[in-house]
Amino acid sequence: MDANGTPLVKVRHLKKYFPITRGIIQRHVGDIKAVDDVNFDIYQGETLGLVGETGCGKTTVGRTIIRLYEPTAGQVLFDDVDLASLKGGELRHLRRRMQMIFQDPYASLNPRMAVGSIIAEPLEVHRVARGQEKRERVQELLQLVGLNPNFAGRYPHEFSGGQRQRIGIARALALNPALIICDEPISSLDVSIQAQVVNLLEDLQNRLGLTYLFIAHDLSMVRHISNRVAVMYLGKIVELTDRDEIYLNPLHPYTQALMSAVPVPDPELEAKQQRIILEGDLPSPASPPQGCNFNTRCSKAVDVCFEKEPEFVEVKPGHFCACHLVKPQGKESGSVIRP
Amino acid sequence: MVHAVNGVSYTLGEGETLGVVGESGCGKSVHALSIMRLIPDPPGKIEDGEIKFDGRDLLKVSDTEMREVRGAEIAMVFQDPMTSLNPVFTVGFQIMEALKLHLRMDDKTAQDRAAELLGMVGIPEARQRLDDYPHQFSGGMRQRAMLAMALSCNPKLLIADEPTTALDVTIQAQIINLTKRLQERLGMAVMWITHDLGVVAGLAQKVNVMYAGYIVERGDVKDIYARPRHPYTIGLLGSLPRLDEAPGTKLISIPGLPPDLLIMPPGCPFAPRCTYATDACREAVPPLEETDDDSHWVACFRWKHVAGREK
Repeated sequence: MDANGTPLVKVRHLKKYFPITRGIIQRHVGDIKAVDDVNFDIYQGETLGLVGETGCGKTTVGRTIIRLYEPTAGQVLFDDVDLASLKGGELRHLRRRMQMIFQDPYASLNPRMAVGSIIAEPLEVHRVARGQEKRERVQELLQLVGLNPNFAGRYPHEFSGGQRQRIGIARALALNPALIICDEPISSLDVSIQAQVVNLLEDLQNRLGLTYLFIAHDLSMVRHISNRVAVMYLGKIVELTDRDEIYLNPLHPYTQALMSAVPVPDPELEAKQQRIILEGDLPSPASPPQGCNFNTRCSKAVDVCFEKEPEFVEVKPGHFCACHLVKPQGKESGSVIRP
Repeated sequence: MVHAVNGVSYTLGEGETLGVVGESGCGKSVHALSIMRLIPDPPGKIEDGEIKFDGRDLLKVSDTEMREVRGAEIAMVFQDPMTSLNPVFTVGFQIMEALKLHLRMDDKTAQDRAAELLGMVGIPEARQRLDDYPHQFSGGMRQRAMLAMALSCNPKLLIADEPTTALDVTIQAQIINLTKRLQERLGMAVMWITHDLGVVAGLAQKVNVMYAGYIVERGDVKDIYARPRHPYTIGLLGSLPRLDEAPGTKLISIPGLPPDLLIMPPGCPFAPRCTYATDACREAVPPLEETDDDSHWVACFRWKHVAGREK
């Protein structure tokens, strides 16, 4: 896991709104702002963790990057090519280099297809390999994810959850991608199986030099696997920094509350733990609050938080935060957004 | 025949909190449902054993008597608040139901008490919210409503079956905090069933670790986390990343899969995944025995060896 400072993906002012319509003529009455002006980079060879609560838009970010959703506005630069502007063949060609692992290993594998055909499908779609070569590649991939190569003829129902997730990983690896978007790949698995899959993902990254965007709500797992962590709240990234910095020195009040809410498997530490309990629930992304969108639950909110939206700025080298109360340290870093 | 729960015994004192930990299919929910006698029979059957609650054996009391116990003396909160609330009745109606049935309250008193309960679990404008339907509540609020319902008759024992698994961490922290506060106030015993070792660490005094229907280790929470004796508990704790871990730490995963309860191995259920297993482990099921520490019990033939290795 060595991140060398070249960005593989640059996300700039990315927005994804889902329209709310009413009546038989589908009158447009509003928008669900699932992703609202998000900026970040994913460096070559790193794992960027993306965390947040249910409904904060983290999955939408992942899907919009890979263009499973059309972005409403903004750019996704993959190796300096804007994905949002590509069409047809060009897009398909670039898609080889980015793949996705889905959350639910029961829903993401076609129950009527043999495992071998599931893994071979990307090879066929992109006309990369056929015949004997294809069969060999499938066996190689099964071996790579720790499954018996002879299982290629079996069907998904014959496998356990952890094994299915391995099949999903093998499918994602089939085209030798540069970027894999892992959308909660372990949250439906049992604890002892989660560790197996995470170890496999880390191992594959070391061997194949993969870049991961790791989307999850389990903060301790994200800290374990990521180099940097981005925290999302209601469609926006509120804080982004190194994994150690975000746990030792969280600046945004939401990150602080989130970190303190994570249960630690150690009774001694738990007894000492000072919990910041957030009041209430996530506001609706259809009508986010005026000003800073965290102001409804923030215990530190002052007047300006209800009037103006805070900008996402670099407050320390490599530490970005969007909060009025967090002032940039050291020299004027201005409001240049370069996460 | 699936033997979901085997030879499980323990005691839970008044006002105590017991954490029951295990992965899916380890029998933790079935054992809780057995205490409430909610296992449908047939096909389910409690073959043997006794459940002494306040001096009475719950397996021997009549169905009518059992209905008096459920909800009034032992209450339960389930994992999924959306499927455990009835979508066609208002939240208020569902809370009042237990009050009217068990405490014979009239409509007016029941309504006042229901509003008070909703307020107690931290739902703002409780009286107005009584007329809401479950779909108008968020996930966290639904679980609060479930908690209000469970606490309505001041039960002596609250069984919480993965009550926070479907919730986000910040909401989970709210619910755990709330349960702790209410427990102090009402003095009930709590059995908290979960797969999350972190939650148990902050909540319980005692822990039962379950695997494939057996309790493999039980004891004081501090003891179990500081000196786990059973290879499964050791593996489970090792497979959790910690917020305070050093960078580059590799997770210790447990190889293999939990056994299929239909084809259980003849000996120790954990033997096929255990690195310490010997032939003896594959032949007989190890009994749960007391270790050198007081009240720390473990079901492993080789716990002394395992403990020595860990040092």
